[in-house]
Amino acid sequence: MEKIKLTIDNIEVEVDKGTTIYKAAKQIGIDIPVLCYMNLEHLNIENRPGGCRICVVEVEGRRNLAPSCSTECTPGMVVKTHTIRVLNARKTVLELILSDHPSSCLTCSSSGQCDLQDLAQRLGIREIHAVENAMVSTYRKDCSPALNRDMDKCIMCRKCETVCNDVQTVGALSAVNRGFMSVVATAFEQDLVDSTCTFCGQCVAVCPTGALTPFDDTNKIIRALSDPSKTVIVQTAPAVRAALGEEFGLPAGTLVTGKMVAALRTLGFDKVFDTDFAADLTIMEEGTELLSRLSRFLEGDKSVKLPLLTSCCPAWVNFFECFYPDMLDIPSTARSPQQMFGAIAKTYLADQMKVKREDLVVVSVMPCLAKKFECEREEFAVEGNPDVDFSISTRELAGLIKAANINFNNLPEEDYDNPMGESTGASVIFGVTGGVIEAACRTAYELFTGKKLEKIDFEELRGIEGIRSATIDFDGTPINIGIAHTLGNARKLLDGIRAGMYNFHAIEIMACPGGCIGGAGQPLHHGDSNILKARYEAIYREDANKPIRKSHENPYIVKLYEEFLGEPMSEKAHHLLHTCYFCKEKH
Amino acid sequence: MAHYKMHLLVCGGTGCRASQSDKIVENLTAEIEKLGLENDAQVVTTGCFGFCEKGPIVKVVPDNTFYTQVKLEDCAEIVKEHVLKGRKVKRLLYEDPETKKHIEDSKHMGFYQKQLRIALRNCGFIDPENIDEYIAREGYAAIAKILEEMTPQEAIDVLKKSGLRGRGGGGFPTGLKWEFASKNMADQKYVVCNADEGDPGAFMDRSILEGDPHSVIEAMAICGYCIGATKGLVYIRAEYPLAIKRLQTALKQAREYGLLGEDIMGTGFGFEIELKFGAGAFVCGEETALIHSMEGNRGEPTVKPPFPAEKGYLGKPTNVNNVETLANIPVIFNKGASWFSSIGSEKSKGTKVFALAGKINNVGLIEVPMGITLREVIFEIGGGIKNGKKFKAVQTGGPSGGCLTEKHLDTPIDFDNLLAAGSMMGSGGMIVMDEDDCMVAMAKFYLEFTVEESCGKCAPCRVGNKRLHEILEKICAGKGTEDDLEYLQNLSKVIKDTALCGLGQTSPNPVLSTLEHFYDEYLAHVRERICIAGSCKALKLYTIIADKCTGCTACTRACPVGAITGEKRQPHVIDADKCIRCGACYDKCKFSAIHVQ
Repeated sequence: MEKIKLTIDNIEVEVDKGTTIYKAAKQIGIDIPVLCYMNLEHLNIENRPGGCRICVVEVEGRRNLAPSCSTECTPGMVVKTHTIRVLNARKTVLELILSDHPSSCLTCSSSGQCDLQDLAQRLGIREIHAVENAMVSTYRKDCSPALNRDMDKCIMCRKCETVCNDVQTVGALSAVNRGFMSVVATAFEQDLVDSTCTFCGQCVAVCPTGALTPFDDTNKIIRALSDPSKTVIVQTAPAVRAALGEEFGLPAGTLVTGKMVAALRTLGFDKVFDTDFAADLTIMEEGTELLSRLSRFLEGDKSVKLPLLTSCCPAWVNFFECFYPDMLDIPSTARSPQQMFGAIAKTYLADQMKVKREDLVVVSVMPCLAKKFECEREEFAVEGNPDVDFSISTRELAGLIKAANINFNNLPEEDYDNPMGESTGASVIFGVTGGVIEAACRTAYELFTGKKLEKIDFEELRGIEGIRSATIDFDGTPINIGIAHTLGNARKLLDGIRAGMYNFHAIEIMACPGGCIGGAGQPLHHGDSNILKARYEAIYREDANKPIRKSHENPYIVKLYEEFLGEPMSEKAHHLLHTCYFCKEKH
Repeated sequence: MAHYKMHLLVCGGTGCRASQSDKIVENLTAEIEKLGLENDAQVVTTGCFGFCEKGPIVKVVPDNTFYTQVKLEDCAEIVKEHVLKGRKVKRLLYEDPETKKHIEDSKHMGFYQKQLRIALRNCGFIDPENIDEYIAREGYAAIAKILEEMTPQEAIDVLKKSGLRGRGGGGFPTGLKWEFASKNMADQKYVVCNADEGDPGAFMDRSILEGDPHSVIEAMAICGYCIGATKGLVYIRAEYPLAIKRLQTALKQAREYGLLGEDIMGTGFGFEIELKFGAGAFVCGEETALIHSMEGNRGEPTVKPPFPAEKGYLGKPTNVNNVETLANIPVIFNKGASWFSSIGSEKSKGTKVFALAGKINNVGLIEVPMGITLREVIFEIGGGIKNGKKFKAVQTGGPSGGCLTEKHLDTPIDFDNLLAAGSMMGSGGMIVMDEDDCMVAMAKFYLEFTVEESCGKCAPCRVGNKRLHEILEKICAGKGTEDDLEYLQNLSKVIKDTALCGLGQTSPNPVLSTLEHFYDEYLAHVRERICIAGSCKALKLYTIIADKCTGCTACTRACPVGAITGEKRQPHVIDADKCIRCGACYDKCKFSAIHVQ
């Protein structure tokens, strides 16, 4: 690689050809402020429109200031990052952005998490020069079951547009209008629910302000918890335990499972269960479905649809219902763990607890915003009573804990309640890309071969690349596995399947980058993909520490089949644990 | 082929057509037929003559008779008198505003005397819908010569030697641009003609496409040969229907003649041109925005580098040239690089087309050698200021250019001098202002345009220009402060320093140049609340001169807001707080008793 020498703030630095000034400066510890620039390095996701002009620097011999995020270093370049000209420009531009931004920090749900607010403090903005009665751009508010759009707060960083179009290929959001009124919106400014939006929420995950925020269900939880006639139980998704601690100042990747359980009890939940239990159940159903399709296929049945696609990710389900309605028969019919939990809780568990269905409130804590949409799907309700009543995000849970005056970091470690709190290592790794299929392989291998799986870790299925594939040896039968995370990568796989390019037997798809650890309900990563990496590692740590690591060995799962469901794919299991998909093509 | 003694050239440009020049063609033809003169005289629809102020224009050659403001009913007389009897129709001839004499030969018109038409060489002379007329004027000779005798690099060297610089605004050396594109290797490259003329008041590109479309087609094919592209695209605004139609006709004819297509003139070189329509966004004149618009994406610029020469349309090396630049190219090859570089100033070679507008007598399109002074353009070609008023300033370079004053009148016009004077060449708009124009209001007017045309991508342009405009509005409304002037200056400089593309980097120019040259006017607005030019309505103060007022009450009755009171036959008074400065009292008063400050 060709090297280039340049000077930044009088420090000489050598960088690879093609390096931007911003990265070169970072290399020598100079942290140039940015606003619209985002680089999730481990995931290969970059937003670099060069639009905010906050990162401008002075380059000797250049007429105007250079955006450091998108200006490549040249040999002998002399860069100054904090001359008075630069500081004045940076401050003036930020003031301009703030002059068209509501001054509602005190009540904004992103306050304290807002990159714009941080930057205003960092640059020492104390007043906003502008004309009295200066015009502010305002837009119609849009509220969906998963997320809210208040584009008055949009600063046109275009991060949401990049993730929606380039990463997720959903194309629900793009810039509309011109000049002062330009804003990111849906086509014809229709409501998100009418657009192609899958509610993956990745736009919310990258929004630097309060323009895109999660739909907030916390008040509903507080009301339910304070209603004496209700029994309120909660389930927590695998990825939540690896991220919740960040909201309380703990380093990324700290596992807080026990403290989280303790906090939920303190909040007043009658029972604290684990979605992981339902993840084990998912493996039983989905794994059996895979084996059944596989066996028929290997016997030469040409009518069998393969590959089997996983179906635990609700944004992914929304995606294929909208964009691939001709392929609705390929995904597994197994419901997601959240919904399997709800269906069992409101039948089997309600009977055990002797609570009527309508008096049992099932809450889920998810790393995800699409789960809010999923639990409102009509097919997951019985006579209008939903299997899962409310789904809140990791961040909403943190908010509830803070509001209840709980000193989270000092809480003791507590265990989940039973019967639906017991889980295996297999279910924990549902939280990362490749985890579901690895969990399925652990069980399917033993069921298919009848032999004990010696090497539990399928390293070949792990990793962070967007599309991965591996062949697993089922005792002489090669099983071809595909894995994709982000919907853009899913689209590539699906297009390949449609074109008959692949011979996969099973494919795992997760909508969010990195899987659920990168979900939109998680604490904000502010563009630092090291955070996602730390969560990723924590999940595998949790798996390794679990005494039982295969779903079919979970004793409470075994008991559930014995006492209630019969066997996987039984009629009852079908009724409660499986679903069907609908064509939701948008025109 | 008939050999006509006389040709009647009728302007078929958009301007003259709006005044029924197409009907004039019909009438003239009918009259000629009526008198049986169809073998003697031919009526030709041409492109624009440039003298739009006096359209519709009918020019008779070979005697260069220049009829102005011709009406449908004049056609019979022209044919009967001029064509049949050889007597010029005096009353339709152009009248020199100073000598009041009719000018018999257009060569003697002040408007044309100092012009040198290279890019516009065929406009107003040939029928743009007839390829033979273009060929008769050395059309497609340049490409024939290049394809037969020159390597691409040799042709690029000629262009480099000619000193031609881009006429779209940037003034980048064209030969160098071609060389960059030629050196970037790719399986496919593109030649793009930027016909997204967006400067209000500028219409040279439209005129060239309407009057001489083949020159652009020929130049694009030459460019394709030089850079190694087989595909050309013309990005043209859909608001130019006539230019589109003429271009389509020309493309069809060129294909029929084998001058476009797979194997041009049997040389093995193939080139095809496709039209892409734009929706008329000013920012799409910026080449990266233009390319994104052509790709079907939002028309907004991206950071350069990469330049289009490396990564342009569909990610392939692309060369973008403006219409006027292209129109110069065939002539350079026909007459030689040294001929071209002998014209113009030291660093700006050749000519430039300007669109004269505003308070000037001869509004229209002119082409002059680089290095000519503003004085020559405004007072000799342009015929001076309308209604004998005093010249105040001229805005060059369109809405994002700057204004130049009396002291710049003798500065030779070229790319570098205009930039040094705080303005720019831009695409050649030239709007003249007189003593009645308020320079603050002028800056506000231009800002209004750039605010409207900003794409919204970068913050300084999206919000900054809006704020500049708001401050200017405030000053014009008499509510400005001296602090505002300081902020105006700082904000303008920051926007120039930080904006993403040429639009934002130049949009504060009108503010900065008026602040520099007319700071007194700004000060008067904010300190004394006076608009020196008397054009800012909110700053007008209407008072009644008691000595002159007869108390007739006419003003009281005319005032729509009841701001005037007084007893009959006694001097009246105007309540300045109630007054809305409509001027109704001023118009009504028969005794000149209303004073306006």
